[in-house]
Amino acid sequence: MTLPTHLHYTVEHEWLEDGSPATVGITSTAADALGDIVYLELPAVGEELTAGSVVGEIESTKSVSELFSPVTGTVVEVNQAAVDDPSVVNSDPFGAGWLLKVDVTGTGPLLTADEYAAQSEA
Amino acid sequence: MTEDVRSPLHDEHVALGAALTSFAGWQMPLRYTSDIAEHTAVRTAAGLFDLSHMGELEVTGPQAAAALDAALVGNLSALAPGRARYTMIVAEDGGVIDDLVVYRLADERFVVVANASNVAVVRDALEHRIAPFDATLDDASLRTALVAVQGPRAEAIVTSLTDPGHVDAVAALKYYTATQATVAGIDALVARTGYTGEDGFELFVDADQAPALWRALLAAGQPHGLVPAGLSARDSLRLEAGMPLYGNELDRTTTPHDAGLGRVVKLDKVDDDGSPLPFVGRAALEARAAAEPTRTLVGLEGLGRRAARHGYPVLASAEDGAAVVGTVTSGAPSPTLGHPVAMAYVDPAHAEPGTELAVDVRGRPEPVRVVALPFYRRPR
Repeated sequence: MTLPTHLHYTVEHEWLEDGSPATVGITSTAADALGDIVYLELPAVGEELTAGSVVGEIESTKSVSELFSPVTGTVVEVNQAAVDDPSVVNSDPFGAGWLLKVDVTGTGPLLTADEYAAQSEA
Repeated sequence: MTEDVRSPLHDEHVALGAALTSFAGWQMPLRYTSDIAEHTAVRTAAGLFDLSHMGELEVTGPQAAAALDAALVGNLSALAPGRARYTMIVAEDGGVIDDLVVYRLADERFVVVANASNVAVVRDALEHRIAPFDATLDDASLRTALVAVQGPRAEAIVTSLTDPGHVDAVAALKYYTATQATVAGIDALVARTGYTGEDGFELFVDADQAPALWRALLAAGQPHGLVPAGLSARDSLRLEAGMPLYGNELDRTTTPHDAGLGRVVKLDKVDDDGSPLPFVGRAALEARAAAEPTRTLVGLEGLGRRAARHGYPVLASAEDGAAVVGTVTSGAPSPTLGHPVAMAYVDPAHAEPGTELAVDVRGRPEPVRVVALPFYRRPR
């Protein structure tokens, strides 16, 4: 598995790209485990997120998983293209399949790519 | 935990890059590429499934038919050789031990196909129940592989590999019949059965022949759009087709009647002198057949986007404080229909098609409507 090394990761299989705003998505491991994603429920623009809390749902034909926010902050954009066609989260989870852009005021526990890879294999 | 049993097709699955999953003590393919693509291929072209985890219990002997009549709810002595029957084995209290497909291969020879999770308990119960009869049981599960070709192109694919001497017999198979045939040079029991709601075949072969058959079917099927399909697609296909899954719609607390399958219980089967033929569970199921049902298995069509899933409560309405009137047994977003579907046991007062209900989907009610099963019926 090749993970982008410039991203931060969480044990709940989200990734975070630094920036203003920061970008949040789910990892290829999470997308692969879910199978074909058919529905995304994401927070609205302006919603206040708390790191570690459930802020959305990602549903596939086979199962559903919760989206945990890796950060505390305000949602400034949601990926409407991914909401309209969630298959992009499967095909390009670290790129076009991003989920949220957030004005970050704080972060929860984050992992490096190596740390995330190690705990995913464990 | 003991290690999962590997299918005789394990190496084929690995070579195809399948995601494997642990299922009923077996390591089986969950998907090869995409659940939806595999599901759609079965609806529009064909899918190839490895079902080698299913159990095959052979019952043979002069009294094999009588033994199965006493052991199962169906009337197997009335089954003609070459035919198959969907039936069940129940406990004394009428609770379902497993749902089964029984093939009669000859007057004195039957194959009972059981769910992987139940093979041991079905085998033990059958052994005990047929002991008074001149019949023997042989568990052929591990030496038998089962491969299914399902979808509108299934007949073209299977017959293209069938020995010229058998091809007419295979093409002429009606639903729930079976014949011995040579397919890709391999001796197979070819049955026109399945669990997808499509036309299709299930091929029982010796385990050591399975890889050659699998590869031949993949190659012959490719021009027809056949793809290998995993357990995930199998589950969404059977759900759309309204077919019960043991552990979801059926279990030891469920009678066949609860699941809307009272028709498989042959209370009218009689012995040689015309008196009611005793079978395990008869008294309980006679009482159940005569009683008002306390719950009914229904289809639920989701009106929102979020799918009901196994175990979620069914509510009388989407309003706060609405009463719980049932439980979801299976549910998923339907790839064919484009909206969520579910099966659920509900209070009979809420079971009429058209009734608007709700499902508590992780703390938030989602509106659903009761619909007749199946959700999907193949075009003919």
